[in-house]
Amino acid sequence: MTQVNRLGGGQIDRTKTLNFKFDNRNYTAHPGDTLASALLANGVRLMGRSFKYHRPRGVLSAGSEEPNALVELRKGSRKEPNTRATTIEMFDGLEANSQNRWPSLKFDALAINDQLSRFLTAGFYYKTFMWPAVFWEKFYEPLIRRAAGLGTLSMQDDPDEYDKGFRHCDLLIIGAGPAGLMAALTAGRAGSEVILADEDFALGGRLNSESFLLNDDQAEIWVAQTVAELSAMPNVRLMPRTTTIGAFDHGIYGAVEQTGDHLANLPTGKPRQILWRIYSKRALLCTGATERPIAFENNDRPGIMLAGALRSYANRFAATPARRVAIFTNNDDGHRTAADLHAKGVKIAAVVDVRVDAPTSGDYEVLRGAQVIDTKGRLGLAFVEVGLADGSNRTLDVGALGVSGGWNPNVHLTCHQRGRPTWDEGLSAFVPGETLPPGLAVAGAANGIMTTYGALQSGAQGAAQALELKGDLPTLPEAEDMPVRQTPFWYVQGCSRAWLDQQNDVTVKDVKLSHQEGFRSVEHLKRYTTLGMATDQGKTSNMGGLAIMAELAGKSIPETGTTIFRPPYTPVPIATFAGRLKGQEFHPTRLPPSHYWAKERGAVFVEVGNWLRAQWFPLPGETHWRQSVDREVRQTRASVGVCDCTTLGKIDVQGTDAADFLNRIYCNGFAKFAVGKTRYGLMLREDGIAMDDGTAARLAEDHFIVTTTTANAVKVYQHMEFVRQCLLPDMDVQLISTTEAWAQYAVAGPNSRKLLQKIVDPEFDISNEGFPFMGCGNVTVCGGLRARLFRISFSGELAFEIAVPSRYGDALMRRLMREGEEFNVVPYGTEALSVMRIEKGHAAGNELNGTTSALNLGMARMVSKKKDSIGATLSEREGLNQPDALMMVGVKPVNSGDKVTAGGHLMNASGPVDAANDQGYITSAAFSPSLDSHIGLGFLKNGGERQGEKMRLVSPLTELTVEVEIVSAHFVDPQGERLRA
Amino acid sequence: MHDLVALTALGGTGPESCTVGSVSCREYPDIALASVAARLGHEAETRTALATLTGHTAPDIGQTSGHTVKAFWTGPEQWMLEAPFETHEDLASMVKGHVKDAASVSEQTDAWTRFDLEGPDVRAVLELLCNLDCRKMAEGDAARTSIHHLGCFVLCRSADVFSIYGPRSSARTLQHAIIAAMNSAL
Amino acid sequence: MIIQHPLLGPRDSSEFVYLGDASLIDRPDWQAENAAEAFHDYAYLRDNPAGEHRELWFHEGGDRSWLVVTRNTVTHEISRVELARDVARTRGRSK
Repeated sequence: MTQVNRLGGGQIDRTKTLNFKFDNRNYTAHPGDTLASALLANGVRLMGRSFKYHRPRGVLSAGSEEPNALVELRKGSRKEPNTRATTIEMFDGLEANSQNRWPSLKFDALAINDQLSRFLTAGFYYKTFMWPAVFWEKFYEPLIRRAAGLGTLSMQDDPDEYDKGFRHCDLLIIGAGPAGLMAALTAGRAGSEVILADEDFALGGRLNSESFLLNDDQAEIWVAQTVAELSAMPNVRLMPRTTTIGAFDHGIYGAVEQTGDHLANLPTGKPRQILWRIYSKRALLCTGATERPIAFENNDRPGIMLAGALRSYANRFAATPARRVAIFTNNDDGHRTAADLHAKGVKIAAVVDVRVDAPTSGDYEVLRGAQVIDTKGRLGLAFVEVGLADGSNRTLDVGALGVSGGWNPNVHLTCHQRGRPTWDEGLSAFVPGETLPPGLAVAGAANGIMTTYGALQSGAQGAAQALELKGDLPTLPEAEDMPVRQTPFWYVQGCSRAWLDQQNDVTVKDVKLSHQEGFRSVEHLKRYTTLGMATDQGKTSNMGGLAIMAELAGKSIPETGTTIFRPPYTPVPIATFAGRLKGQEFHPTRLPPSHYWAKERGAVFVEVGNWLRAQWFPLPGETHWRQSVDREVRQTRASVGVCDCTTLGKIDVQGTDAADFLNRIYCNGFAKFAVGKTRYGLMLREDGIAMDDGTAARLAEDHFIVTTTTANAVKVYQHMEFVRQCLLPDMDVQLISTTEAWAQYAVAGPNSRKLLQKIVDPEFDISNEGFPFMGCGNVTVCGGLRARLFRISFSGELAFEIAVPSRYGDALMRRLMREGEEFNVVPYGTEALSVMRIEKGHAAGNELNGTTSALNLGMARMVSKKKDSIGATLSEREGLNQPDALMMVGVKPVNSGDKVTAGGHLMNASGPVDAANDQGYITSAAFSPSLDSHIGLGFLKNGGERQGEKMRLVSPLTELTVEVEIVSAHFVDPQGERLRA
Repeated sequence: MHDLVALTALGGTGPESCTVGSVSCREYPDIALASVAARLGHEAETRTALATLTGHTAPDIGQTSGHTVKAFWTGPEQWMLEAPFETHEDLASMVKGHVKDAASVSEQTDAWTRFDLEGPDVRAVLELLCNLDCRKMAEGDAARTSIHHLGCFVLCRSADVFSIYGPRSSARTLQHAIIAAMNSAL
Repeated sequence: MIIQHPLLGPRDSSEFVYLGDASLIDRPDWQAENAAEAFHDYAYLRDNPAGEHRELWFHEGGDRSWLVVTRNTVTHEISRVELARDVARTRGRSK
């Protein structure tokens, strides 16, 4: 198909032809085209259907403000719905489809909605789908979901990559039109670090769309020269295709760079988009202005568009929606479009100007004091009905109508930090208010300076002021400096189906209805009618709605108010916010030193925080995890097992006051214990609730190693720094994490010493006498490698923890396995570890759950009253010391086959089962191979005195009731004889 | 002499490396590390001892200095010392011997994994990784920052060479982030 | 937000962990007669001003300094940043 509506000139590269498809038809385009301009050049005006009434729609604008021409771009998993045809940069092989129509764009079954429009007015959903309530879930919601929405999702994973990045600059210039380019030139020549970002793929902004001269050349020549000069400056970074989406605190701006959207195929590893966080010392907003339409009857037919857009398509893209067009305007800028199109050979049927004193032209007819009162054309504009000043009507036979109601400065980013725009009477538009985001200034049309010369000048001045530059500014090119002349005109009286928000199908009548129904606040109006709530955020519609509201309320527009703009400026894919943080890379993965070995052994892994830990090590023939775990427990208790416990937090505490410091951190006494000893410690929060527990090993007078639980390592370290810096600033104590530096393995079981005697070098005596329970010290292993040995036990067995520098951790594990063969050594995972600690009655994360005190944990006596420690004072408060306080207990099913379930609650043997009679709850449960029974740990009211009592363990959610007996939490070796063996 | 075989943080017996465009990324396991924190009231002594150890004045905030043994600033009155692993595996005890009771010393060798990035476009990679103003970093600058949610140190060795220290257990994640950024930027 | 670290200069707030009211530095005397009451107030009672607020931030992704940041909770303007250790000393804390 030939490009029937392609004009001469323009910034397209005619030497190359690109092929693309729209709704499965083949078309051609040129580099420099957008999808919208290419479709217009190919004679396609109909591009989509509207949201509610399924009205045929074409393109309204030539930029990111587009409400209508939304398409589904690309195919398969790369399909992206609701993409604006006006911002899609053409590439060879592009495929797009219209959306919100069935079976085809030209014949859409749901266009019946348009006939039903008098029922589908503002608040239709609220009023209709209310009753009966049971209908909502089964009938109304599915119905609405089917009918609503625009494009459809691919329902597949997004295959593309997205990045995040960080850039810094002295001056961020947002928008590369005349003001932005001139600002960049000024700042760049002064040597400042400059970032110039623009959403368009071509820098130049509005200058690319105009026919007038800068100095004696076409504007585009000045643009090219300026961009070339800026590109050569190492201190200036040009970022085309980059939308600044938000102004955040302290000079931070969010910007989305479309690095791959314009490419047919993304090279491997390249991101489709990058979300930049730009740290700017100062910023200059040069975002220009957006033209606003005028509302009149049937103003939404394909071919009716903004006059400035019509001019953009003609001048920049060498395309026109039709060969015969009309203009409807309230200001002089509309006439500029007529003149430019006329110069391009497009026939101007007439310029309809609402002003009786409108300028006239020798080239075409100007209808002064006239208004467009209706339009016709089923799938595209065919006729425009004009009401003339003398009261008569005239029909214009045109394929396109350019509409201009004046221009609104793009103030959006000035509002992102509570700024409110102020009303400019001369422009009949909102301009940036006095409260701007700190560090931000505004130049050019965004600041209400509507002439090209004014934009250039304010850009240069804005940059100079922001950077406090001294000396002369660059010479400004000569440019047009015509004042704005317009008569405010928002809608044609008497119209009813006149569209304000074309994307959400909100009409003048809807706004009037909502006013009639009592909605007075702009924010309420928005939500009731959905005006401005679509993906374009009302860039072309909010002002019209506001003006009508003001008129109805008999107030001025500024009195009526304005809505605040919030980030993002244009829609951003969620994937762009996620960046690389997705799938496996959603959070960092921490691998313990034995990981590669465990993988070879076929371990099953579990995520514990960021750590990937071996959960159990299945052997051939084991078909259920319990078989593996039970075996690991039995073998450890019978002989010896090894478990990687590197993940426990390890904090090196040094300094002459280290012992005093720990005495404050832990609630139990720490001042006096010998070098070469390890002690259990309980940390409380200041409110008396347990925070974490662990051990402290005293390697020297002034050197301790504190261990924390895996889960709390980061929090405890932070807490210790808080106490050190904020509470005890004059204590001589130094902290550093050594968690990752040492590979640490628990070696547990009656044969653990025998195994370690083969590893630890013989000069170190690790006999029960030489290295008793809770001993610690530096040793060497395997012929001289520095190591640390601790005689501590989580399993309840005779046990040690041995630590070597992490790089040797893999080798040490393999050595332990080899040397342990004669003892039938077994590696065990977190599951067996947990079973053994439950058997032993050791509290862990389930018990230290943020609600339990030392008393609840059975450690009330540990809290020293002779010293000041964090949490000691409040642990004595009444509420935590009631006579029936929860106490940690063990539970066993009365019938040996029954299961104990964590989360179940304990109820008395008889009586009602309800919250009022709740006696406690189970925190941890496991099958104990040692007892051949399920067991559990939990908290029970007055639990210390209820051993032997039979109770019911219930879980109403799972309809569980099991008879249990309250027992000691120490199921295995309650006297601790094994530990000391 | 013990006979345990060391693995690098990435789990190999030797370092991994790769090149994308003009930038290379190399795992650098042959480094010994020790942290030094001055004890209260012994700051001057510690600095003097560091000067002796490194052959250079103790580095100021955000700086690195030294020759065979180098130091970089990690916090108030706190430094990290780095030296070749081959000759300084016992760096911590060696340093402790120097500073004696003036400072607390902690072995940090295997707490970290190090990647060296080298090439003319290295800064384009770094700006996708961390929020430091890498374009302004000059030889001898050191800073702590976050990369892919990991607390890391970034050291500028020369105009084209940067070292990144990250937590050893997350070496695989860090390497993945670096290579992804290299593929993206280069 | 950007926090002007007294030692390191401007740093992104994402490197910090927020704790809350800087009054947490003023931990009561455990031996005072009204210790229980004082600790109750210390642990639970906070002002919630719309305006200037002194608060504790921890530079976890940096030099691990605790900072006292004076921040306007309405505008996010940060008017002062001090090392918490120095503040603690001026508030009479020692060891």
